[in-house]
Amino acid sequence: MMSDVVKHFGHLRHGSPREVAEAISFNRRNFLRAVTGAGAASAIFGASPLRGFVAPRRKKVVVVTFGGGARDDETFMPDGQENIPHLLEELIPQATFFTQVVNRGILGHYVATASIVTGAYETFNNFASVPPDNPTVFEYFRRDLNRPATDCWVVAPSNGFARIGESGHKSFGPGLGAGVLLPKRLLSAAIPAGGDDERYRHLLNDNYETPLFAPTLTGKQIELGQMVDLLKLSATDFATHARSLASADELSVYVAKHLMTQLSPSLLWVTLHDIDVAHSGTFSLYIDGIRRCDRLCGELWQAIQQNPEYADQTTMFILPDFGRDSDIESGGNGFQHHRTGDAVSRTTWMMVLGPGIRQNVVVDRPIESIDLVPTIGSILGFDARDSRGKPVAEVV
Amino acid sequence: MLPNQLTAETFSAYPPEAKRLVVAQLPLLRRLPLAFVPLLLRELIVYDWKFPAERRDLDRQFTWLHSLSPEQTAKAVAPFSRLTLSESLEKTDWVNQPAIFTEQLTAHLWKTHQIDAFRAGAVEYVAAYSGTSPEGSLPAPRLGIAVIGQSVRANDYRLFRKLRPHGVYYSKVQHENGLNILVDTLKKRAEAAPLPYGHWYIDGGKFAATPDGVTHVSYAALSPVRVALQGFMQKIYEASVFDPEAFRTRMAQTRPEEIGLDTAHDAVLSRFQLSLLTEGSGTQVFSTTFVQWAAREALRRAQPITLLAHFTPRQRENTMDELLSEARRPPELDPQGSLIDADMGAYYTWLNQQRLSGADDAGFLVWFEDQPEAVAIGPRFARGKHSDAPVELRELLAQFV
Repeated sequence: MMSDVVKHFGHLRHGSPREVAEAISFNRRNFLRAVTGAGAASAIFGASPLRGFVAPRRKKVVVVTFGGGARDDETFMPDGQENIPHLLEELIPQATFFTQVVNRGILGHYVATASIVTGAYETFNNFASVPPDNPTVFEYFRRDLNRPATDCWVVAPSNGFARIGESGHKSFGPGLGAGVLLPKRLLSAAIPAGGDDERYRHLLNDNYETPLFAPTLTGKQIELGQMVDLLKLSATDFATHARSLASADELSVYVAKHLMTQLSPSLLWVTLHDIDVAHSGTFSLYIDGIRRCDRLCGELWQAIQQNPEYADQTTMFILPDFGRDSDIESGGNGFQHHRTGDAVSRTTWMMVLGPGIRQNVVVDRPIESIDLVPTIGSILGFDARDSRGKPVAEVV
Repeated sequence: MLPNQLTAETFSAYPPEAKRLVVAQLPLLRRLPLAFVPLLLRELIVYDWKFPAERRDLDRQFTWLHSLSPEQTAKAVAPFSRLTLSESLEKTDWVNQPAIFTEQLTAHLWKTHQIDAFRAGAVEYVAAYSGTSPEGSLPAPRLGIAVIGQSVRANDYRLFRKLRPHGVYYSKVQHENGLNILVDTLKKRAEAAPLPYGHWYIDGGKFAATPDGVTHVSYAALSPVRVALQGFMQKIYEASVFDPEAFRTRMAQTRPEEIGLDTAHDAVLSRFQLSLLTEGSGTQVFSTTFVQWAAREALRRAQPITLLAHFTPRQRENTMDELLSEARRPPELDPQGSLIDADMGAYYTWLNQQRLSGADDAGFLVWFEDQPEAVAIGPRFARGKHSDAPVELRELLAQFV
């Protein structure tokens, strides 16, 4: 992210690329409506949702964020649709879809995810191993609803996310947050000493924004022995299964499914990360990451529907943490980074599925990514009092 | 220190040409805000290694600033004057280390939610000075050429998807000896319109030829340099405490000779190559990224009238340790993934060429190497057309002249 201010000066000459973009672009909102085939948000004043038919069991929420933003170009625009068959064909027909989710904060993955988790724009150094300043969704959830530590979890891709589970806020903090599972760290520990670790190497890349960054682990992440106890999954079985997986995100979803089976947490937060390989400038690997995220979102929703503890009582939110730079923005280099702060890098989408959520509906009005936590608060019944966001009326 | 405290002695550590220029501009610099001057100095401190086009741009910018009244100058830089800076930024040695100041300024602007205001101000400023000063005519219309897909035999990816709407897609290009034909075109254009750094050949592999009058940059030829840099990076990586900000700063401070770049022959080009490897992301380990970024930077900085970008297969994705191990073992290649990378890289190369003067007359050709598919864009090519008629590669090139 650093040193990019100068690039705004460097490459602004003629209007041609922007004119080109305008010529080939669609009206974003109209396009998303067309591609999803969904009705307008006014539908919320129409037929009743299914809320009244839901059995009064304990509600659950699963959040999936794409840590490593995906642009419309590679997802919902015509050239991108081939990359997201599961989102388009399986999930959107069941979802309320928000076309404009704006992130007005710092566009670095840890600090942006922390902002989503707290509902307030965090301003710490993206690469620092620090807790968020504001209370997290997990702390509100546990304190207000008097829930045990085993009832909320984070599965995070990068060791840099070790402190995402609880804040440094004086009224909350230690002991009130979520357990953080870092599957890559667990896998590193599970690989037998002197073993054939070549087979696991593809799962262990940690951070694409600064690829050589190996953060110091100072959080409350769960270590291998605890995972074995909690998930009833032996280190050997974990390592063996990992060998069959293609990426770190697959490992994260594998762990998330185990959590759901063994502990059935009411609040589960999974951050996927493969997409962020885009920082290396390799478009094909970025596309591979999007396709994998698409498939894994579909798998996670299926797992929710097949698990009696989750089926019909779980609201699932899927959103990228932010976008990536537009092709046209002269200060950036297109999909590779998210450094310019342009509208494309700040604007993304969100889909919400579950009981009481209107299906096949598109909401055009802009919301902010910090609105998520108060929205979850309205669904689960806690007060995200320090959040700067607002509950999203269309899903609460 | 604040800009109004600048003196000629302040710049004693600057390289000779940079010092001469900065001292000549001192009265102006003293009137500009702190959020702006270091950004200008960041360009000026490396003036000795700037391409001619970059020097012309800086000269135009100063000419424009001098043409303004004090009130107009204040208005032109008002978006920067309005930014709130921290005390620590003021204390930074922004005269001698403007790049570090810039990094810290960037972080500060993001943290204080001023990045959008900065961005808008920068766009407005550049538009103002670009719009008032003519850039001069070109000796020939620009021509960009991208060659993609080396070693790919079968492909089911819909190629040129972003470029097709802007030109003609040809499905039956007769391409025997194709790469040499393209290099020969480059050579002839360099002979016809000799310009320092006006004609470029960027290759992900080894050069097909090295014609005179053409600036050459090759990922393969830089292999010893990249290995040296990779070793350098690895050492920092293995340090007990790793600070990514310090890492970036250290990369930015790397001198060409530290990693074996020859500065005696062409110091300007050596500095350019160094910047590709130390400022680019992924350029150290992926040839496709290197070629795309090198083409972008060559177009942005040197503004050539001819550019040939030859994409070759990159190594397969791996852990960073493995990606940095190129010297120890030959990497496994990923031709199909590289084709997709290069397809996007060709599009970005065209976009970046279109940002330069003469965009309306410029031509662009992208060819799937050793295959009959190509797209040609330019004044003589209709937009969004498809041609299944057989055509010689030479014939296509002739239409750009």
